[in-house]
Amino acid sequence: MHFVVCIKQVPDSAQIRVHPVTNTIMRQGVPTIINPYDLFSLEEALRLRDKVGGEVTILTMGPPMASDSLRKALTIGADRAVLLTDRFFAGSDTLATSYALAQALRKIGETFGPVDIVFAGKQTIDGDTAQVGPGVAKRLDLLQLTYVSAIVELDGESRSIKLERRSEGGVQVLQSKLPCMITMLEGSNVVRRGRIDDALRAARAEIVTWSAKDAGIEDLALCGLRGSPTVVKRVFAPAARAEKAAQVEIAPTQAETAETLIAAIFAKAPAIESDLTKLAAGF
Amino acid sequence: MSDPKPAPAPQQGGSRATMKKELPEKYRDHKHVWVFIEMERGVVHPVSFELLGEGRKLADQLGVELAGVVMGAPGEAVNNAARETFAYGADVVYLVEDAVLADYRNEPYSKGLTQLVNTHKPEILLLGATTLGRDLAGSVATTLLTGLTADCTELRVDDDKSLAATRPTFGGSLLCTIYTLNYRPQMATVRPRVMPMPERQEGREGRIVPFKMDLAESDIITKILSFMPDRDSNKSNLSFADVVVAGGMGLQSPENFQLVKNLAAVLGAEFGASRPLIQKGWVTSDRQIGQTGKTIRPKLYIAAGISGAIQHRVGVEGADMIVAINTDKNAPIFDFAHIGVVTDAMRFLPALTEAFRLRISPHANDRLAG
Ligand SMILES: Cc1cc2nc3c(=O)[nH]c(=O)nc-3n(C[C@H](O)[C@H](O)[C@H](O)COP(=O)(O)OP(=O)(O)OC[C@H]3O[C@@H](n4cnc5c(N)ncnc54)[C@H](O)[C@@H]3O)c2cc1C
Ligand SMILES: Nc1ncnc2c1ncn2[C@@H]1O[C@H](COP(=O)(O)O)[C@@H](O)[C@H]1O
Repeated sequence: MHFVVCIKQVPDSAQIRVHPVTNTIMRQGVPTIINPYDLFSLEEALRLRDKVGGEVTILTMGPPMASDSLRKALTIGADRAVLLTDRFFAGSDTLATSYALAQALRKIGETFGPVDIVFAGKQTIDGDTAQVGPGVAKRLDLLQLTYVSAIVELDGESRSIKLERRSEGGVQVLQSKLPCMITMLEGSNVVRRGRIDDALRAARAEIVTWSAKDAGIEDLALCGLRGSPTVVKRVFAPAARAEKAAQVEIAPTQAETAETLIAAIFAKAPAIESDLTKLAAGF
Repeated sequence: MSDPKPAPAPQQGGSRATMKKELPEKYRDHKHVWVFIEMERGVVHPVSFELLGEGRKLADQLGVELAGVVMGAPGEAVNNAARETFAYGADVVYLVEDAVLADYRNEPYSKGLTQLVNTHKPEILLLGATTLGRDLAGSVATTLLTGLTADCTELRVDDDKSLAATRPTFGGSLLCTIYTLNYRPQMATVRPRVMPMPERQEGREGRIVPFKMDLAESDIITKILSFMPDRDSNKSNLSFADVVVAGGMGLQSPENFQLVKNLAAVLGAEFGASRPLIQKGWVTSDRQIGQTGKTIRPKLYIAAGISGAIQHRVGVEGADMIVAINTDKNAPIFDFAHIGVVTDAMRFLPALTEAFRLRISPHANDRLAG
């Protein structure tokens, strides 16, 4: 079977800094990582491959340096990596991104064999929209199975799949068919460490690199900024409240400061005192 | 929705904004504001009522109707949902009743909602940013080839009547406002509890427009074999708690987080945490407060050792009173807290816990949570 995992290279959010004066994101020197949610989908694809046989292809759309993340995915155990990169993709919103990825997935199917399951991450930590996976599914007419917590059964013969999916009030057990698009829930598996031979192979592996044209994209108006219906009009810092926080005076002892704080809370919002007494009593 | 990441530096009416053309002819007859009414197991998700409250304001500003879209299997549940939808402000309910809609599945719901949009043409379509709403919104927006802005914290109608959807952008302290200028409907999702719950108006009525979708169970490939409801005891009640105490990285070790739990126990409050504590595994993920965790609207929120990054701020701004304890007097949290205490949380929390205990529950002895 052929599994394709869509991954995105994102800045490591733990190390992002914002310029204190201009309020712009300071990207220089911020290390990049594979979007953490994508790793659960990668692991699930690798497990399925190990169980039923086949190949795992990794796909990313991004700047040339996104090949770092692809190589990382190869060291974890993927078989092949495809980088979709072109200046026409700059400024893509989720609709334009899903278009480009869907075209690349078609091309992957033609070039390396039909795709049975497309995996995406639940969401990214930078865009954080959870829209690209469903977008790709819709464009390729794949059954859409999001927030999957466990794949129970995959039967290559009947091309059916049984899985558990998180919904608002519980877990749905679903029976569906291939081809489909799956996003895995975080924590649904433990991501493996690659083996030595995978690392060696990854170091030498050639990363398949496609431009928009290579991926069979003819209408560039559907890509990048031009292909994006949403427009970011304004980026701004949130307003501080009209008055800054009233600072509680620090007394010689913590106990006295605590008294002052409680008095200040009750003075500003008298109702809280009776609410708290009730709550504390009911607890 | 735009991945706001490639956005240029802050700008006034930047270059992308000038791309506005005349709205294409085919979208001219798109009118009215719609809210997708989310139902699971016969119960309407409260986020739908919160959205009706916002939708009402947008519809009034635009001078159009507010409609709720109720989808489900025929029966009492959908009729109840329609009644509630009117009570929370809708003028119209589009009622899509079909046995295939008994439980949520992407195929019938996305097809049904898409058909409805294409038939009755809304200008704005709002959904909750829940697992259901996110699953549905992404596929409907793609089929309609329109824009979708996720997790908005503010919705406004602009001077030129387009929807201005504001959300936090990546990387700390910024918000961005996103438009879907040349496509309709303009779609947005909002997380539960971000918008206030509007007043319920008993006996308020409206017009029901039934809609038949053409889809048979045999056309739907994905089948639901069973459903395992969550046990309520497992869930934290953070979103709806009246008092919340939370801790952040300022607490410096998982052991110190106990100080937060102790204060919460004395107050009868729920406890929560900033994201890094979840990422470090100190606290379970259902306790995360903020953009990618829970949004809270308590009467009192006490934050200890939390800096107040934008992703945290958007989750707590609905609180009536925010008290921040932080050693850094310049911490961003003091920009939106009501009362600040510049002190060491590790030393202050035990004193505050004791002082509250004496003040509000003098008879309580050692009920501190374990
Ligand atoms: C896409 C995305 C989504 C995110 N979603 C969320 C989210 O949902 N929720 C969330 O919280 N964050 C979220 N974040 C992370 C967010 O940007 C911040 O990194 C995070 O909120 C910071 O947590 P913190 O305030 O606990 O830690 P820090 O920023 O490290 O702040 C620690 C604070 O403690 C103070 N301090 C230190 N010592 C003491 C002491 N002894 N006593 C008192 N104070 C002390 C310091 O002065 C500092 O202000 C998200 C980030 C991204 C990129
Ligand atoms: N540029 C990209 N290249 C490959 N996959 C992507 C890209 N952007 C998003 N995805 C996939 O779509 C998922 C959801 O992304 P998002 O809609 O940005 O939250 C991610 O976890 C990835 O699996």
